Amino acid sequence: MDPSAYFSLLFSDYTLRTISLGTVLMGIVCGVLGSFALLRRRSLLGDAVSHAALPGIVLAFMITGTKDPWLFFLGAILSGLAGAVWIIGISARTHLKTDTSLGLVLSVFFGLGILLLTMVQRQPNANQAGLDSFLFGQAATLMVSDVIMIAVVGLGSLILVAVFWKEFKLLSFDPQYAGTLGFKVRLLDILLTSLIVVAIVLGLQTVGVVLMSAMLLAPAAAARQWTNSLGTMVLLAGIFGALSGLTGTAFSTFSDKAATGPVIVLSATLLVVVSFFFSPGRGLLFKQIRLYRNRKSLRLHKTLSVMYEIASAHEEFSHPHSVSILNDFRGYSKKCLRELEARNLIVLKENTWMLTREGYEQAEMDHPENQGR
Amino acid sequence: MEMKFAVTVDDLTVAYKYKPVLWDIDLNIPEGVLMAIVGPNGAGKSTLIKAILDIVRPVAGNISIYGKPYRDQRSLVAYVPQKGSVDWDFPTHAQDVVSMGTYGRLGWIRRPGSREKKAALEALEKVGMLEFRHRQISQLSGGQQQRIFLARALVQQAKVYFMDEPFQGVDATTEKAIIQILKDLRQNGKTVIVVHHDLQTVPAYFDWVTLLNVRKVATGPVDEIFTDENLARTYGNQFKPAVLS
Repeated sequence: MDPSAYFSLLFSDYTLRTISLGTVLMGIVCGVLGSFALLRRRSLLGDAVSHAALPGIVLAFMITGTKDPWLFFLGAILSGLAGAVWIIGISARTHLKTDTSLGLVLSVFFGLGILLLTMVQRQPNANQAGLDSFLFGQAATLMVSDVIMIAVVGLGSLILVAVFWKEFKLLSFDPQYAGTLGFKVRLLDILLTSLIVVAIVLGLQTVGVVLMSAMLLAPAAAARQWTNSLGTMVLLAGIFGALSGLTGTAFSTFSDKAATGPVIVLSATLLVVVSFFFSPGRGLLFKQIRLYRNRKSLRLHKTLSVMYEIASAHEEFSHPHSVSILNDFRGYSKKCLRELEARNLIVLKENTWMLTREGYEQAEMDHPENQGR
Repeated sequence: MEMKFAVTVDDLTVAYKYKPVLWDIDLNIPEGVLMAIVGPNGAGKSTLIKAILDIVRPVAGNISIYGKPYRDQRSLVAYVPQKGSVDWDFPTHAQDVVSMGTYGRLGWIRRPGSREKKAALEALEKVGMLEFRHRQISQLSGGQQQRIFLARALVQQAKVYFMDEPFQGVDATTEKAIIQILKDLRQNGKTVIVVHHDLQTVPAYFDWVTLLNVRKVATGPVDEIFTDENLARTYGNQFKPAVLS
């Protein structure tokens, strides 16, 4: 597929523009609220709610026989929340840990959803076609009415995040302290969690219930690598989410059999991988380089200081010494000596070394006895 | 002589599950003292201040700050939680954390402005952290993180300060700096209540002490209350308070 052809289509084709708008908005909302889910260690919530939402969606269709996005939204929210409440309840009231109760509830709800889905598909009602796109997501099935719903609910969520920015930040960082300042922590928690649930449900049609939790968390995890400010992180996560959404849409529209969810999630994951390796502050690559440089410079310093101690025992610092004296000190290496020579700190001649004036002065400065003078 | 009490606790009992963590605590904390809460692990020290601050709900009991319930007196109270209670890898910097101390006065939705910024900078200066104000909080040492928490409480400009182990994991220099700030607070008529672990420093740092082990053992001026006998009652008879003699 040619990206430029896609972009020219994006501006000329009404349907494609509508669908793209929907997925981009969905991506932004997921990135923004996913950041809070990540920071509050509510990562598992995404998985639970998205899987638990499936029976709600199918039931909404079975009861009404129509594919109204608002009804799907309502059904998904209700059953998603029911699943989440069960998980929290089981963990709080039994000896089962959260991961166990999550696994149980998630499978039960998802299984129920699949059962209902197969029942619906056997019915003669032609209207049911496309309902299975909720499994792996299909951006191409987005109608104008779906996009309107995503826009209304998504923008509403973003506005709420902006309005309660200070409160959500405080809640995420230090909830107990927020309570002592007089904020209604329970209320805030319910509000923020509901917004996260809304973000998950908005993404279901494009990303699908199976992969939705990755859509929630991947943009946020990638964004966290690039910044140490909450505002920038949330903004970046939104952009990453939008990008992933757009990529998924491109694939989905050009081959209508391709499920969108996997493409969206793979592109979001690619962003995570790139961020984890190449981000300047927290990235593994630069961390490793810093570590290596630091070790190397420490080794040079240590070798130089040993040389300084040997040299200062003589009256003339430039008195040559045999390299073999250094054998007692295990830190040095041939490479290290050559590096010191390249920096004009020592002169190597055959099997001897001597400090240059520069080397002597630097070693004198570095020497612990002379520190702070 | 009539004493004015900053904090009054009546018949306080707290239980997390079945076993009580605090049993029938009566406590009057006079205004203007620098008080240590001392007791063995699991004695309910942190729980006591959390109950006073309405973070944990008591089974029974009455608590008042200057004669009124806490929820009416929030603006008079500041809190320094245990350093370990938050995730220091949170994406924010030192000054931002300190400015959270102004959120209570601001109330819902209103954002901190120039006045709040000025207050945060002053508090950072007071704890000697001004030059680190833009530092990401995970890049701060344990002692510096503790100072940031202290600065956040100072910004609240309260009358009563509650601190949960402010000396935990800090070096000797920071400990001295922190205790000096606490003594300054007392000098200015504030009441400071500190959950404390190190028995040896109690006489030097504090003028008031509460000995706690689920029940209240004793409370009062350090020179009267902080005795071998009371310590043995708090920590059990095996306890050899040799350090104190």
